[in-house]
Amino acid sequence: MSHEKVETNIGLMMILIVLVISVGGLIEIVPLFFMKQTTEPVSGLKPYNSLQLAGRDIYVREGCYGCHSQMIRPFRAETERYGHYSLAGEFIYDRPFQWGSKRTGPDLQRVGGRYSDDWHRLHLTNPRSVVPESNMPGYPWLNEGTLDGELIANKMRALRILNTPYTDEEIASAPASVEGKTEMDAVIAYLQVLGTYVSTRR
Amino acid sequence: MSVFWSTVVTIVILLNIIGGYLLIRWVAKPNKGEAKQGEVTGHVWDDDLRELNNPMPRWWLYMFYIGIVWGLIYLLMYPGFANYPGLLGWTSEKKYNDEVTTANEVYGPVFSKYAETPLIELSENKEANLVGQRLFVNYCAQCHGSDAGGSRGYPNLTDNDWIWGGSPADIKYTIANGRNAAMAAWGTILEPTQIEYLAEHIMSLTGRKHKATDAQRGKELFASYCAVCHQADATGNPLLGAPNLADKIWLYGASRNKIIESITHGRKGHMPAHQEFLGEDKVHILAAYVYSLSSD
Repeated sequence: MSHEKVETNIGLMMILIVLVISVGGLIEIVPLFFMKQTTEPVSGLKPYNSLQLAGRDIYVREGCYGCHSQMIRPFRAETERYGHYSLAGEFIYDRPFQWGSKRTGPDLQRVGGRYSDDWHRLHLTNPRSVVPESNMPGYPWLNEGTLDGELIANKMRALRILNTPYTDEEIASAPASVEGKTEMDAVIAYLQVLGTYVSTRR
Repeated sequence: MSVFWSTVVTIVILLNIIGGYLLIRWVAKPNKGEAKQGEVTGHVWDDDLRELNNPMPRWWLYMFYIGIVWGLIYLLMYPGFANYPGLLGWTSEKKYNDEVTTANEVYGPVFSKYAETPLIELSENKEANLVGQRLFVNYCAQCHGSDAGGSRGYPNLTDNDWIWGGSPADIKYTIANGRNAAMAAWGTILEPTQIEYLAEHIMSLTGRKHKATDAQRGKELFASYCAVCHQADATGNPLLGAPNLADKIWLYGASRNKIIESITHGRKGHMPAHQEFLGEDKVHILAAYVYSLSSD
């Protein structure tokens, strides 16, 4: 194949470029699908319960990932502040994961248990009420938002197809377990479970 | 990684390197049917832009070869060939652990040298308090404020009013193990009017304006429902984290409405445990720092 032929046939050139680039992608990505480290959950990891799952979706809806990462890198400077570095096996049930790539606010991967529920309620409603220097926007409407139990049950069914081990009882009881809860309750439940399956020492 | 994938990855990497080498050879050497060196190749762009068949500068060509050699050495030293660990035995985990070990050797003594000093003595140590202040700003200020003055629902740590006890040992226990307050929501048990009587009684304790007859009714209710935790004289019980209601310090607000809200819905103050987060040495320094805030 001559140089000229490739240069003057844009379609052929595109196909060749895709082929060249995909070699790197295939060799870096495909083996990960078959590695225990990336496909098996860390010990004790449980799928999000119905309320936490609802909270996760609100986290995504509100774009929290725009300012908060959920990925602690294996550097001392990070682990001193946030806790144990992230392990691949912690994100097995995250679809998609919320690693993020931007930290306007702090990393949240191990925020679970660090503050009280009440603190989160005040902080999410108006961050300035507990952290005067904060530039995070308030999310007061979460206090009024309600949850759709049937929708959450359906999401759990969908996740089960993707191998998240929800039991029939868990799915059946999902609508009842989020009954009367606000979106705020859901987000807090989600935040409080984040990163709690790996023990942390700062 | 399984042996299969490890082999696939290794072979593809090697093929890539060999392919890179062959590509450079093919481009650098004159080929059949090509224009002679220095001649026009026949490619013309934009009417008059012609490509000459000039060889690549030598130094440039050699840099490609050096790159290939460098890549091979790198793959020999570091874990690039899938499961092959590399001659240097480098892993990101080991690098991290080394970093932490070195840091612990350097910074560990900064914290551990105070571990044996009794808290009261330590609270008077200026240097230790500076360390404590930095820790406080990092780990405690989010709730208690950077000046430790607290806010609604989060106790002021600079005064002499302590919900869970203010001895150095109590403070240390609170930081290490956390605290969970559990004031019941009386709205499900008492009538709204009864809760109002209780609020009047509580306001009367600090000599505030109140309705005397309502407060009298509230006093009786207080004895039967509240005194168990808050004591008969309402001075509180640090063993249960029941605040003193007979002073002018209010954790959740002093207004009549806030008092009624507290009684109706209960309060569940929660201080997270920090022993596992921070380790014994840092908790010790923090306890001394917090104690120092109100001891002088």
